[in-house]
Amino acid sequence: MYPSLSVIFFTTASGAGYGLLALLCLLVPLGSLPRTPLFGFIALAIALGAITAGLLSSLLHLGQKKRAWRAFSQWRTSWLSREGVAAVATYVPAALFGIAWIFFGRIEPIAGLAAALLAVVTVVCTAMIYRSLKPIPRWHNPLVVPTYLALALMSGSLWLALLLAFFGPRPEVNVLAAASIVVGAGLKITYWRSIDTEQPTSTAGTATGLGSLGAVRLFEAPHTSENYLLKEMGFVVARKHATKLRRIALIVGFALPFLLSLVPFLFSSGVAILALLLAASLGTAGIFVERWLFFAEARHAVTLYYGASAV
Amino acid sequence: MTSLPEHPSAKRLGLVIDLDICVGCHACAVNCKEWNTGGIAAPLTDLEPYGAGPDGVWFNRVHTYEVGEGATGRTVHFPRSCLHCAEPACVTVCPTGASYKRSEDGIVLVNEDLCIGCKLCSWACPYGAREFDEDAGVMKKCTLCVDRIYNTTFDPEDRAPACVATCPASARHFGDLGDPDSAVSRLVAEREGYDLMPEMGYSPTNKYLPPRPRKQGGCSSAPVELNPAVPGQPGGLLGWLDRLLSQQ
Repeated sequence: MYPSLSVIFFTTASGAGYGLLALLCLLVPLGSLPRTPLFGFIALAIALGAITAGLLSSLLHLGQKKRAWRAFSQWRTSWLSREGVAAVATYVPAALFGIAWIFFGRIEPIAGLAAALLAVVTVVCTAMIYRSLKPIPRWHNPLVVPTYLALALMSGSLWLALLLAFFGPRPEVNVLAAASIVVGAGLKITYWRSIDTEQPTSTAGTATGLGSLGAVRLFEAPHTSENYLLKEMGFVVARKHATKLRRIALIVGFALPFLLSLVPFLFSSGVAILALLLAASLGTAGIFVERWLFFAEARHAVTLYYGASAV
Repeated sequence: MTSLPEHPSAKRLGLVIDLDICVGCHACAVNCKEWNTGGIAAPLTDLEPYGAGPDGVWFNRVHTYEVGEGATGRTVHFPRSCLHCAEPACVTVCPTGASYKRSEDGIVLVNEDLCIGCKLCSWACPYGAREFDEDAGVMKKCTLCVDRIYNTTFDPEDRAPACVATCPASARHFGDLGDPDSAVSRLVAEREGYDLMPEMGYSPTNKYLPPRPRKQGGCSSAPVELNPAVPGQPGGLLGWLDRLLSQQ
């Protein structure tokens, strides 16, 4: 599948934003985080800013951007529509929670809980867009939804740990970040193992129905140059680098942020802030690479008509 | 609405494609392009049509495959277009309601005025039936020539999809596959027509008829060397002439 940068930026940025938002809206009412309005303003601005930047970026991928509002209508059947509705709905309790906290110094647990729930629902909807697509077996995988959730929690907690380095460190948040990195890496490694060993869903034989007559090989393609199907669904550029990119994602996106998120236990403020800044940036960059791979490694059934033997 | 029809009619219009007959001439693809670039989904944009890398929207593409090995191997021409599935995920994933399945005859269409060009429907189709029109920013697909088959200004015999109407080998048939007594349904039953990628669970309406089995032994039963039609040497005057002319 063609790794569209606007979509990858969207899921990476909004994933981090929803992770951070959910953590703020849950942990602040529980009393585990600073309650100063300044912290509330900066932390919520970063969370909602990342979400908004991601959502705007997702619009870039549309052929008819001005009609985007129509995407809220088909939530009964479409995960993309559900994602849109949940994404916009999250703003309402998040804004109420933020206004009460920043301007009135009050923490509203109900609004916080609603915002956190909707943030989780939005990430689930995003993941379900991919998870529900049968023609792409590597996306139609039970590990996709838990991985999206774990990576949103991971990037959210890394950014929260960085913010807390300025507003009053909380060691338990650093532990949460490190733990979510372990969970995220574990899920990702399991996912990679799963897609490397899974049996093909469909073959050129089932795609053409000619499999019973023998091996099916493409003799002549219908057209001489690339068309939309091959550009969008037949993207193969990254595959030969997949192993290298997986290693880069694991080291940059998981191993280094894990070690860096533990630095504050050894060193104080200055070094800790630098380490957490690096951890959050590298973790996010690693998720970006991981998401790029998620697209580039996915094989679409239509490629079976164009010479692929199995997907 | 992108919900599938709650009370679909029994009518399921679709195509039956005979892979035993198709000669791979691409006439169906060309006539499809010709009709539909002026039909309801018009235009079928071509980018760089005279350049080095022409790229355009087509609703019908003809692939050619080699199947099997050696003497039992064969070449199969394989036209591919929308199968107007009974369970079309391309419809249910659509966030705007642009994609829909008609309750009256099962045809899957795109309302281009509602399409936002998110391309998700093309991801959801395993058959590659949908092609994005970069120029118009919307998704396009086979309409089963809905603007021909119900067109009362046409003579009744011309009310067929462009691909079917033009096929010079009669490898394509159009009809109601929901009616077990229709000509197309009988053809499917008789020739053991099949679904493409049934494992996807989309229940395609269009059916493909398999190439007929080879006669006993396939190619290997044919004589290795051809025998002369006229056995032996001709005698008489012709024989004398033949010998004379054969001399160096």
